[in-house]
Amino acid sequence: MTVLQKQPTSPIDHLTSEDVEQIGKELDAIRAEIVEARGESDAKYIRKVIDTQRKLELGSRAVLLFSLFPPAWFVGTAGLSVAKILENMEIGHNVMHGQWDWMRDPKIHSSTWEWDNASPSEQWKHSHNELHHNFTNVVGKDNDLGYGIMRVDEDQRWHPIYLAQPLWNFINACFFEYGIAAYDLEIGKNIKRKTIKSPEFKARAAVTLRKIGNQFKKDYVVHPVLSGPSILHTLTANFTANVVRNLWTHSVIICGHFPEGVQTFEKKSIVGETKGEWYVRQMLGSANITGSKAMHLMTGNLSFQIEHHLFPDLPSNRYQEIAPKVKDLFDRYGLEYQTGSLPRQVASAWHKVIRLSLPNNFMGTNKTPAPLPKPAEQSLAA
Amino acid sequence: MATTTLPAPRSRGPRELGKSLRKRVSRVAELAATPLVPSDYLDVFNPLRPGADLRGRVVSVTPETEDAATLVIKPGADWAGHIPGQYVRLGIDVDGVRLWRAYSLTHGPRDDGYISITVKAVPYGKVSNHIVRDTRPGTLVHLEQAAGEFVLPTEGGKFLFVTAGSGITPVIGMLRNLFPVADSGVVRLPRSSGYDITVVHVAPTEPDSIFIHNLRELGEAGMITLVARYDDQHGILDVADLAELVPDLAERTTFACGPAGLLDALEQHHVELGLKLLTEQFRVTMLVAGEGGTVSFTQNDVTVEADGSRPILDEAEAAGVLMPSGCRMGICYGCVLPLREGTVRDLRTGEITTAAQGDGVKIQTCINAAAGSCQFDH
Repeated sequence: MTVLQKQPTSPIDHLTSEDVEQIGKELDAIRAEIVEARGESDAKYIRKVIDTQRKLELGSRAVLLFSLFPPAWFVGTAGLSVAKILENMEIGHNVMHGQWDWMRDPKIHSSTWEWDNASPSEQWKHSHNELHHNFTNVVGKDNDLGYGIMRVDEDQRWHPIYLAQPLWNFINACFFEYGIAAYDLEIGKNIKRKTIKSPEFKARAAVTLRKIGNQFKKDYVVHPVLSGPSILHTLTANFTANVVRNLWTHSVIICGHFPEGVQTFEKKSIVGETKGEWYVRQMLGSANITGSKAMHLMTGNLSFQIEHHLFPDLPSNRYQEIAPKVKDLFDRYGLEYQTGSLPRQVASAWHKVIRLSLPNNFMGTNKTPAPLPKPAEQSLAA
Repeated sequence: MATTTLPAPRSRGPRELGKSLRKRVSRVAELAATPLVPSDYLDVFNPLRPGADLRGRVVSVTPETEDAATLVIKPGADWAGHIPGQYVRLGIDVDGVRLWRAYSLTHGPRDDGYISITVKAVPYGKVSNHIVRDTRPGTLVHLEQAAGEFVLPTEGGKFLFVTAGSGITPVIGMLRNLFPVADSGVVRLPRSSGYDITVVHVAPTEPDSIFIHNLRELGEAGMITLVARYDDQHGILDVADLAELVPDLAERTTFACGPAGLLDALEQHHVELGLKLLTEQFRVTMLVAGEGGTVSFTQNDVTVEADGSRPILDEAEAAGVLMPSGCRMGICYGCVLPLREGTVRDLRTGEITTAAQGDGVKIQTCINAAAGSCQFDH
């Protein structure tokens, strides 16, 4: 999709500036309702998820002490994969968003949570909360659009290196936690600006390397060694669990903003952006996933990407509740609510990655349709 | 030629080996638990174990009057005990939010190792109403070690306790410790014989009087001299009447606990007469939300006169303070700082957040403005 501003007919052409502000007001009201209502049951929810996740992780690692036996290997790996996914998605991502700060529990707080992932929390919060959520889908500012290694919009200039992007995408998917760590470090930007040797970058890189080191020691040294004769099997089990988590989280995340139909925006379009306009950009720049309750939980409720982007700091268990109200808002203002099943959305995202690995208009594809002649102006003069 | 001497090897007794083994096990546990700490996993199974953050579990909730109840709590293994008259800070989740309050311990040290507090529901009080009406046994609460100096000297003496309403709570703790009541009646302990105590206990009405039965029992047994005063029967207590109610007032050290009004009046009265007074106050002046205020920082000498309509982030930066920040629109939580004490207002919604020391409140500085004086841990 080319940026909204360069499309001949944009999906928001029919909205007046009053409409946009009214949308903002209605969304603020939805947020206020949830802020007012959140309380004991929400707190109980997140504590239950954390409790369950920790028990699942401990149990799986205990089972893996006997990973020499194939059933133990499989059960332990499956359990550990789910535990890591839960920790990263429903717990870590959401806690770091500040969704649970209101509880005033110092152990479940955005300012203290360190997640089970190669990327240090502070750096992830900067690139995710501050940059991605603020500049969502703005080409040139939101680097989640391709992570700096892929081309995901017609307006990003093509280069032969992008021909390999389906491969990069797959490799990134397998080792996603390291991809994210590198991304959060902004290595590319620092190389370009020649600040790679600056004390500030070096300090951040040191923090990242230390985190990676600790994660590595945990999964590939300590737990394997603790399992005695099962040492190699525990190592492969832990590696597999990490890869499973990486593949899953990568798939869920590319469903958020890559599927066909999701809008991107021009850099200058956000200068002086009002709150209402920010909301509309979040609405059009995100896509949901439909599925079972279990699926929603495993995606950390990022299956409600639209609701999450509208209200990143509302407790994730509330997104499902407000989704119908949000969809209703879309309908009333004539906007398209992007959603689809998990396989469909993943396929759509991959389709885009493959399609845009080729130049625009290659073999007649990607052709931005020429503006249709306006009927009233058609010259009838003989 | 230089000679060097190698340091003599330290003798490794069993204790040394035990310590170093424990250290190694700890280290491995830390590496195995990272990025969490082993406590985070152990807490899932036993939050009251030794070495854990201090917590407690509510064992029972017993009504004392219509609006007061006693909580008996099993404290964590690291509870260090208390001296009667001291208080404990309690953190309890009300509607999902952790709130902290201080309550006097209403027992001397108990044989079962439990502790008890008695809470009176205050009108509009979030925590007190929750404790009195909604708390169930089994609830996990958070504690700090006992604190406070409202304690009797160990050598005995002549004392006057002046208490009003829930002010009886620290006093009953001291009295129960000195004069325990068994089924057979009040127990006379040798260690309590040196205490000559008069209690002037004030309550709005007799049914509202917490612990009145316990006090009467002690009075009838001659352990204390009880002067019970009810506002509806005797009128509001005038401190000038004390000399009448307590003839040997001048010989006694006064311990007073109750509302600010009573304590202030007593302070004045006793200073005039040159009498000794020790007070315990539960509620400091209520923080009233205003418009703007002085913003100060614990690790920075700068103080900012902040405008009530501008974000604290902007005001502090304008005054030259280096502040963490992010999106500057309230969505990324990159500007969160601990509010040690003070009041702030959310500029988007008007919501007020108040913090007192120890509350553990953290706020976003980009969407909150000062609504009174504030101090940040920064």
